[in-house]
Amino acid sequence: METQMDNPTPLLRVEGLRVSYRNGKAFTPVVKGVSFDLGRERLGIVGESGSGKSTIGRALLKLLPTARIEADRMDFEGTDLLAASERQMLSIRGRRISMILQDPKFSLNPVHRVGDQIAEAYRVHNKASAQVARDKTLAMLEAVKIRDPERVYGLYPHEVSGGMGQRIMIAMMLIPEPQIIIADEPTSALDVTVRMQVLNILNELVTNKGIGLIMISHDLNLVRNFCDRVLVMRHGEVVEERAARDMQNCVHPYTRGLLAAQPHIGGSRRPLPVLNREPAMRSTLEAQP
Amino acid sequence: MTTKTIDIGTAAMTASSEKTYTAWSRLLRVLKDLLANPSSGFGLVVIAILLVTALVAPWIAPYEPNMINLAKALQPPSATHLFGTDELGRDVLSRIIHGSRISLTIITIVSVIVGPLGLLVGTTAGYFGGWYDTVMMRITDIFLSFPSLILSLAFVAALGASLENAIIAIGLTAWPPIARLARAETLTFRNADYISASRMQGASKLRIIIKSIMPMCLPSVLVRVTLSMATVILTAAGLGFLGLGAQPPLPEWGAMIATGRRYMLDNWWLVAFPGGAILLVSLAFNLLGDGLRDALDPKQGH
Amino acid sequence: MNNARFSAFGRQAGTILVTLIGLLILTFCIGRLMPVDPVRAIVGEEADRATYEMVAERIGANLPLYQQFFKYVSDLLHGDFGVSIRTGQPVINDILHVMPATIELATFAIIVGAGLGIPLGILAAVRRNKPVDHVIRFLTLIGHSMPIFWTGMIGLIVFYAALDLVGGGGRVSDYYIGLVPETTGFLLIDSMLAGDWEVFWDAVNHLLLPASILGYSSMAYITRMTRSFMLDQLNQEYVTTARVKGLSKSRTIWHHAFANIRVQLVTIVALAYGSLLEGAVLIETVFSWPGFGQYITNNMLVGDMNAVMTCVLLVGVIFIGLNLLSDALYKIFDPRTR
Repeated sequence: METQMDNPTPLLRVEGLRVSYRNGKAFTPVVKGVSFDLGRERLGIVGESGSGKSTIGRALLKLLPTARIEADRMDFEGTDLLAASERQMLSIRGRRISMILQDPKFSLNPVHRVGDQIAEAYRVHNKASAQVARDKTLAMLEAVKIRDPERVYGLYPHEVSGGMGQRIMIAMMLIPEPQIIIADEPTSALDVTVRMQVLNILNELVTNKGIGLIMISHDLNLVRNFCDRVLVMRHGEVVEERAARDMQNCVHPYTRGLLAAQPHIGGSRRPLPVLNREPAMRSTLEAQP
Repeated sequence: MTTKTIDIGTAAMTASSEKTYTAWSRLLRVLKDLLANPSSGFGLVVIAILLVTALVAPWIAPYEPNMINLAKALQPPSATHLFGTDELGRDVLSRIIHGSRISLTIITIVSVIVGPLGLLVGTTAGYFGGWYDTVMMRITDIFLSFPSLILSLAFVAALGASLENAIIAIGLTAWPPIARLARAETLTFRNADYISASRMQGASKLRIIIKSIMPMCLPSVLVRVTLSMATVILTAAGLGFLGLGAQPPLPEWGAMIATGRRYMLDNWWLVAFPGGAILLVSLAFNLLGDGLRDALDPKQGH
Repeated sequence: MNNARFSAFGRQAGTILVTLIGLLILTFCIGRLMPVDPVRAIVGEEADRATYEMVAERIGANLPLYQQFFKYVSDLLHGDFGVSIRTGQPVINDILHVMPATIELATFAIIVGAGLGIPLGILAAVRRNKPVDHVIRFLTLIGHSMPIFWTGMIGLIVFYAALDLVGGGGRVSDYYIGLVPETTGFLLIDSMLAGDWEVFWDAVNHLLLPASILGYSSMAYITRMTRSFMLDQLNQEYVTTARVKGLSKSRTIWHHAFANIRVQLVTIVALAYGSLLEGAVLIETVFSWPGFGQYITNNMLVGDMNAVMTCVLLVGVIFIGLNLLSDALYKIFDPRTR
């Protein structure tokens, strides 16, 4: 659980990342020059919806076909992601950088058995027989604390609960043993009761395997407790970067507003303060649990 | 007390007419979008040309459409007869130009039958609900389960082969999708506040349907009617071709192809041009329909 | 069988029954509306009054309408579809005789339509708004908008009269008619069974053009639907998941997105197959194809009541059946509804 901020050679080094969408003739920027390093640590990116936080994850994997991605530097263990060909990206996606998506209800393919979907993730990157892939999958299912892997292997996504679905998603993304995992709101679609359980499994695996984790969320409390370091984003820019345990010392008024808007046990019972926002920004803050 | 009721009533009426107004202004905006888009703009232009041609046919047609001149029978396209002449020496171009009137008549009458009929069935079914709704929807289902040409064929066979009967038959087969749509629309605002308000105020059911619900459904019904016009054109032409629609010597395009068929292997222009006209008009309606669909449902767009 | 499923089944059976009854009422009405006097059609113009009355009595033409309807339904239930006035044969025999020609035509057409339409639709969706998409869209629009009988004629003018690449009208050239024994009614199969390859290839040659044109029109529909289904799927999150896993574009498209539209595709292909009946009415007339479509048209032209009613009924039943079939396919093949 040691913070590794001072790691001299980070896994990932991003400088001045800009993402924009074509809007008629002009380009509308959604990410405006974001820089960060990622070591074998847990980095949280927090922001409201529309702040560009999710776009960052997809931009790293170059999965934004309609967007324009630019950066001064996007370096992953000596590979320049920006210059990487689609072929190179195919061997990076899943195998070296992977991503856990938000809602297993939509992110698992409804017509394939969940076990086959996990096994597929293994077999794209490893030459293995169907039997080996199956055994690996069953082991992986066990690793994400699924009790009856044999049975679950043959289920279809609509037959599993949200919590189990998300553990399946984790298994699928971890099975090729990537170095970086991007978790995009991994628990926001889940019941509060299974949230911690899923997070703990994720945390355990990430820590044991020494994986660099980028946790993208709107939930400052969650990120603060779960990550080593936090980036606070707003309007496509990073407004605050800080170690999680140091969060109460934040300086940016937006972050302070976010913190103040969080309920905490033992606090006053008066209504929580509402974020003051400029009229230019109309998008609503996602509901806090 | 009385004044208050009147107040609520007026408010309800205003709200209703305001909603209707926004629905119409939305339609206007859509029309503007359509003209800006090249393909639906093309559709609109072709339909406009059809309209104008039909209106001024006698003045722009170079010859009388039914003028027989056996000495000039079956002449290929030339400077004097741009689209050639048929087996009786009639000018094919003039006949096509006059045929546009028949096409326009078919389109107009079918719309006049189908729009109100579909609207009436759909809104009443949606508003009243219950067994009436069930029965009406079963009936539309039965009609929908047929390919439109075969059902029209059957009706024409029952009524006798003529242009009028063909139009009635097409009208009888084309209303169900519109009724479906009108019903779905009615269901979405059956319980809207301004309708409850006029209900509480004691407006009769019929009045509510005619005054409040029908105007709201009208724009989307218009769109749907436009969408079905391509099929109507093709069905009418098909009936004419089979000899169950317009009868010779009427210059209906489908019937022209049917007569031209006997001579077509040596005289291609007899079928090529009337068919081209059908293709062009039905293509225009399809393009316009596509444009409308895109403009109204951006998610499904091209 | 659990209760919910049983009641759903009951409801569906009820719906079918009501639809069938509605269909019967519809065909009955069409029959009664026809300007043909069914008694006169049997006895002829010269028959005296007594004969007329006798026949009217026998076929029930003097009964009140609702009793006539019950008689119509009970005759149908006994397998009696009436006798065609035009051919003098039981209608059902006539239909069985002409059906194979139409099925042969429609089957080839659907192979063309689905075989081209599905890949084109997928291509258009994947290359959305690119030039390929626009070209495909143009092709399908033409297919959608063309009067099929006209395309048939243009095809004959170009490929038969001018280029002499294909056979003309009919199922085979005149001099081959009746050469192979009619075992199944499907000429391609019959000629193969008889080992007469000359007839077989001649039949193929005759089938090619009408089937391609019919197929083109159903291709237009299938392409359009495939494209829109596929676009829907390509926007789903699981497609992103597949890409995140490191799957190639083609594997994502075929193994993931396509797998999700298979059932829908089977459904629309089934419906397109039924809709070919409509095109067949016109294309069979153009190509003098002795099938169901031409049979319907000829009967309608002369007002052969029994035949018209039965044909309409049959078309209705085919469509209800196809709809049921597609529902059933959903239930069988989609894991979510199993």
